[in-house]
Amino acid sequence: MRHLLGVEGMERADIERILSRAESFAEVGRRDIKKVPTLRGRTVVSLFYEASTRTSSSFELAAKRLSADVISVKSAGSSVDKGESLKDTVATLSAYGPEAIIIRSPHAGAARLVAGWTDAAVINAGDGKHEHPSQALLDVFTLRQRLGDLEGKRIWIVGDILHSRVARSCALAFAKMGAAVTLAGPPTLVPRGIRDALGCGVAFDLGGLGEADVVYALRMQGERMNDSFVPSLREYAAEFQIDSRRLGPRQLLMHPGPVNRGVELSAEVIDGPASLITAQVESGLVVRMAILYELLTGRDRPRGDRADTAEADGLPAPTPIGEPA
Amino acid sequence: MRPVSELDWRGPGEPRPLILRRVTALDPRQGVDGTFDLVVRDGEVTELAAPGEAVVAGAEEIEAEGMYACPAFFDPHVHLRAPGGEDAEDVETGSRAAAAGGYCGILAMANTRPPVDTAADISALRERAAAEASVPVGFLATVTRGMEGEELTEMAELRDAGAVGFSDDGLPIRSARVMRLALQYQKLAGLQLALHEEDPELSGAGVMNEGPVSALLGLEGIPAVSESTMIARDASLALYEGARIHVQHLSARESVEAVAAAKAAGVALTCEATPHHLTLTDEAVRSLDAGFKMNPPLRGEGDRQALIDGLRSGTIDCIATDHAPHPPEAKEVPFEAAAMGVTGLETAFAVIHTELVLPGALDLATAIERMSAGAQPFGIEPPSLEPGSEANLVLFDPGATWQAGAEGWESRSENSCFTGRRLTGRVLMTVAAGGVAYRQRSFAMGVAG
Repeated sequence: MRHLLGVEGMERADIERILSRAESFAEVGRRDIKKVPTLRGRTVVSLFYEASTRTSSSFELAAKRLSADVISVKSAGSSVDKGESLKDTVATLSAYGPEAIIIRSPHAGAARLVAGWTDAAVINAGDGKHEHPSQALLDVFTLRQRLGDLEGKRIWIVGDILHSRVARSCALAFAKMGAAVTLAGPPTLVPRGIRDALGCGVAFDLGGLGEADVVYALRMQGERMNDSFVPSLREYAAEFQIDSRRLGPRQLLMHPGPVNRGVELSAEVIDGPASLITAQVESGLVVRMAILYELLTGRDRPRGDRADTAEADGLPAPTPIGEPA
Repeated sequence: MRPVSELDWRGPGEPRPLILRRVTALDPRQGVDGTFDLVVRDGEVTELAAPGEAVVAGAEEIEAEGMYACPAFFDPHVHLRAPGGEDAEDVETGSRAAAAGGYCGILAMANTRPPVDTAADISALRERAAAEASVPVGFLATVTRGMEGEELTEMAELRDAGAVGFSDDGLPIRSARVMRLALQYQKLAGLQLALHEEDPELSGAGVMNEGPVSALLGLEGIPAVSESTMIARDASLALYEGARIHVQHLSARESVEAVAAAKAAGVALTCEATPHHLTLTDEAVRSLDAGFKMNPPLRGEGDRQALIDGLRSGTIDCIATDHAPHPPEAKEVPFEAAAMGVTGLETAFAVIHTELVLPGALDLATAIERMSAGAQPFGIEPPSLEPGSEANLVLFDPGATWQAGAEGWESRSENSCFTGRRLTGRVLMTVAAGGVAYRQRSFAMGVAG
């Protein structure tokens, strides 16, 4: 793979390769010295046009654990706030010769555009309401650790589908791994045409939730109330909150965070035995290490020749994993 | 009805007589279809003579066997961006693009910066056209002052200054009350009202068609009913007030249905569709390429088929380009942030010919008729090949293939959504109001040799 722009366009084999790499990084994380020299001397730029705590810190730590040099650019106080175009910003940052640019943008397709403007590998850390592929990969990783395999599993993604890039990437990724996905939410928050677009089920209430092996709740943002998508958070919670009454004993619970306690999830399920929410955060680090590894190793230095040979297996031999720095 | 030559342009000069030898002349409106020597003299089509028979002293003769001569095209919907947007286009470059596309006349929209809403604005633009325009250009003024949708412009004075119609194109007229006032005032001002039909409440911050593709991309959708409900509203108002309206750039099946219902009910309504809505769908937006961002948006395949059916049946009266030039920096940004609109004058005929006529979806005669039918709704005589008519004709080679944009553009902007496409059918020459307005370069050199 040259870039990670979205789950759409990834093959199941790509996902499996990244996730098995993540498993070996998980082993590194249990050592005293958690750093490996794999990406020593390589530069990773993290360019965030939206506020983010977990994704940006997770990517940053992942790059550091791999010994890469990291530059973080946040929109506040940067040239971005001074009206510089995305193209010009990327040209400026590209002058440092980064091997990877991690970008989060409020606009769909921003990562893909950046990929056309730079030699660096581009990682989409969220583009508008479009995709958030690293989140989906870490969620698949988390589920595989618990379930072994997603084949034939029923997964319900519940909440504000319309405004959620996580819903789109997860639905695509879960389906690629063989799961049957249902998107459930208020009719005003399920986009018209999503069933045809994703080949998934759609539900406008939680009557059928009992069939789910996994319930993936989405964050319900308060500002949606202002746009009258739902009449009130109280009514939303009454209809769609995942609580101990709705969550069966054999069902697993996921959430991309941060959680609105008492809105989409009740307190008791967040901390309950079925909750994978903490495991998701842990997975985030190792999966993002694996993504950086996937895109950056095998790239010749100095940069320039990034023909497809870089993607071929075994070229050149990557640094063995687990060697302490 | 007034002839195309009454619009403003730099004029035909003193052209030599012209003979198109053995040309296939096709004018469906006049029932002309056959091989002739077509003679243009003193600004008129003077003769459709038997092939090889025409004799005119001092005439330029073009051996045109296998080529078509048709009424030149007329585009009722062009953005020339003057004043205020000359980095994207102006009267000179936009009218040159029109000539290269086979157009003998175009109408310029009023949503410039600032909008064209005073008699002085119209006069200034007419002067510019008289100095610079390669083909006759008519200018519309806005319906409402500053395009703010609140107060009517001085429509009678604007008419007297030479405006050819009124439009707030780019924006709908949100208020039904203001729309009604404009329709009432038409009894005094008399000119056509060209309407961009869209309900801003339903469109919201939408950037593409609402459907499976927008659902997949997470882009806010513009539903088809945003257009069709406004058409229904304005058709009802027009019927009630006995006014006539021209509905711009139909994009959706529901809109074609609304137009058909309005026409059946007796509304004096005409409408247009663009080459891009007739040949592309929102599948093109999957790439998130801002080159496919326009308003109204590209819709689904069912919508596209409904537009083609409507064009064929005459529910849709004419093809208009909505030629909307933008500088590169307005498009080299993420899709949601990009400007809406595509250029179209230089590719319209070839796109329609390649994508609709050659595959059999639309016959050539209908395509030719619809390409120039945009004149009538604005009181302009449609171009004609009938002897005695003002010479407004296009000569094209139906078999010539070319790659869109490969030789550059006459337009100052390059935001065509057809760049790189192989197209079949090429405009070789355009005669506008009696004078040669355009010769395709290699054709011109071939003729000279």
